[in-house]
Amino acid sequence: MIEATGLTKRYGDTMAVNDLSFTVAPGRVTGFLGPNGAGKSTTMRLILGLDTPNSGEVRIDGKRYRELHDPLRTVGALLDATGRHPGRSARDHLRWLAATNKIPETRVAEVLAFVGLTDVAKKKAGGFSLGMLQRLGIATALLGDPRVLLLDEPGNGLDPEGILWLRQMMHALAADGRTILVSSHLMSEMAQTAQDLLVIGRGALMYQGTTEEFVARATKKAVKVRSPHLPALREALTARAAVFEELGDALVVSEMESDAVGELAFAAGATLHELSPAQGSLEEAFLELTGEAVEYHADGAAR
Amino acid sequence: MSLLKAERIKLFSTSSPWWCTGLAIAASLGFTIVFVALAGDTIPVTVSNTQIAGSFGLTVILVLAVLSSASEFNWGTMRVTFQAVPRRAPVLLAKAVVVGLWCGLTGLVVGFGSWGIGVAFNPGADLALDSGADWRAVAGQGLVYLLTGVLGVGVGLLLRSTGLALGVTLVWTQLVEGLIVLIPGIGKDIYEWLPFFSASQFIGSSFAASALKLGDLPLTPIGYGVYFAAICLVLFGIGVVVNQVRDA
Repeated sequence: MIEATGLTKRYGDTMAVNDLSFTVAPGRVTGFLGPNGAGKSTTMRLILGLDTPNSGEVRIDGKRYRELHDPLRTVGALLDATGRHPGRSARDHLRWLAATNKIPETRVAEVLAFVGLTDVAKKKAGGFSLGMLQRLGIATALLGDPRVLLLDEPGNGLDPEGILWLRQMMHALAADGRTILVSSHLMSEMAQTAQDLLVIGRGALMYQGTTEEFVARATKKAVKVRSPHLPALREALTARAAVFEELGDALVVSEMESDAVGELAFAAGATLHELSPAQGSLEEAFLELTGEAVEYHADGAAR
Repeated sequence: MSLLKAERIKLFSTSSPWWCTGLAIAASLGFTIVFVALAGDTIPVTVSNTQIAGSFGLTVILVLAVLSSASEFNWGTMRVTFQAVPRRAPVLLAKAVVVGLWCGLTGLVVGFGSWGIGVAFNPGADLALDSGADWRAVAGQGLVYLLTGVLGVGVGLLLRSTGLALGVTLVWTQLVEGLIVLIPGIGKDIYEWLPFFSASQFIGSSFAASALKLGDLPLTPIGYGVYFAAICLVLFGIGVVVNQVRDA
């Protein structure tokens, strides 16, 4: 469980995080979304006690990070996959880290096997691809078998197989009762991975809740119908004062459930070739919500 | 203990400390051989004079120490270190201890190695270690190297960038200390208080002082040793405090 209250961080004149309060629940994968520069990484650094907030605080299972004894055993984090010495082997990188928190050396081989790096354990990490570095970073995060995991863009550089592995791993760890906060800019991936969402824009909280509700709330309800009897259907809809627009040989009906549209068509004697509720995507919902809060955008093509 | 182990793994799991150590020993002993073999009658072979080339190795060991801390900021491993040890000071102290001890050991190899070369090339000369000053000259290299290691770690912690920290230390040791003495009037007065001149006075090198006609020095050799230690420890202390306060 991660609880932030009134978290505020300024870097010079730049307000990176502004009065941010949220909780991340155990047993679920929580996606951390926000446009570039929204303050996601800053928030993670504040959780880990790497940066000190100007005001507010974060508690992990009730304690501040700096109060944790051997913190790697409580919180594992992947902030920057390139955070390793290129001349040091993957195994030695994990060995020194394990030593700091009195984690037994046998655990090093375990996590290396878990992320699939056993074969290159003794190779210098300078020669690793981005995908291998991400795996090493994930091994680093899992080293202390922590109850809380913070992963900043862990999918970067992973191949599709790696992404699938990562998703299944996060779900399995959450099912174990662990707290998982993961940021990503890949919306489709996040929609499949995260059960809960934390969305920030310009350092402020924009949404906290389930992924389902986020998508449902932010996207418009609409039903697309195709029919060889369009005139009859159009008439029936007009009679109901329904809002609709024509899209080629189809109608798009707003603010009506598909059941109601289907029954209306049956009553009007219109055969339906298609009746499909428009599924909002996480991406649409995200853009809808954060469109105004984008820190960096190309002029004229922001949306 | 676990932090000492972590820092020990860090130090010896990359190649640059091994190269630096090898280079420090080779440079010092190599120049000692040249110096002792060519000395002839121009410079008397004394215990103190066998240690003249120790400063070559000292510069290399300073590079080792600076790299050990500054490069951690460049590669991002310091951030991971602070995640693992959020109070920060204990792990930085462990680094100074590990790096310092290794540098000190290197200093002992250089000190006794140089003296051994002197004995081997000049069997007739009186190179017996029979005074406190003799022991300070030879074994003292260990202490000077150790303190220089701590100094280097401190400089890296303060500047937090490999390029900057190496630049500053090399410009200081290779240029600044040598040029300050040339400032008319006050140059020599300042020079007498510079850290690496102080370290050489602790070792007992009369070379620079007599060549530059510095005359009477403000401190005794032991005094200079204490003064040099204070500079190294204070710089390291500031480096630790700065890192405890600053965002990583």
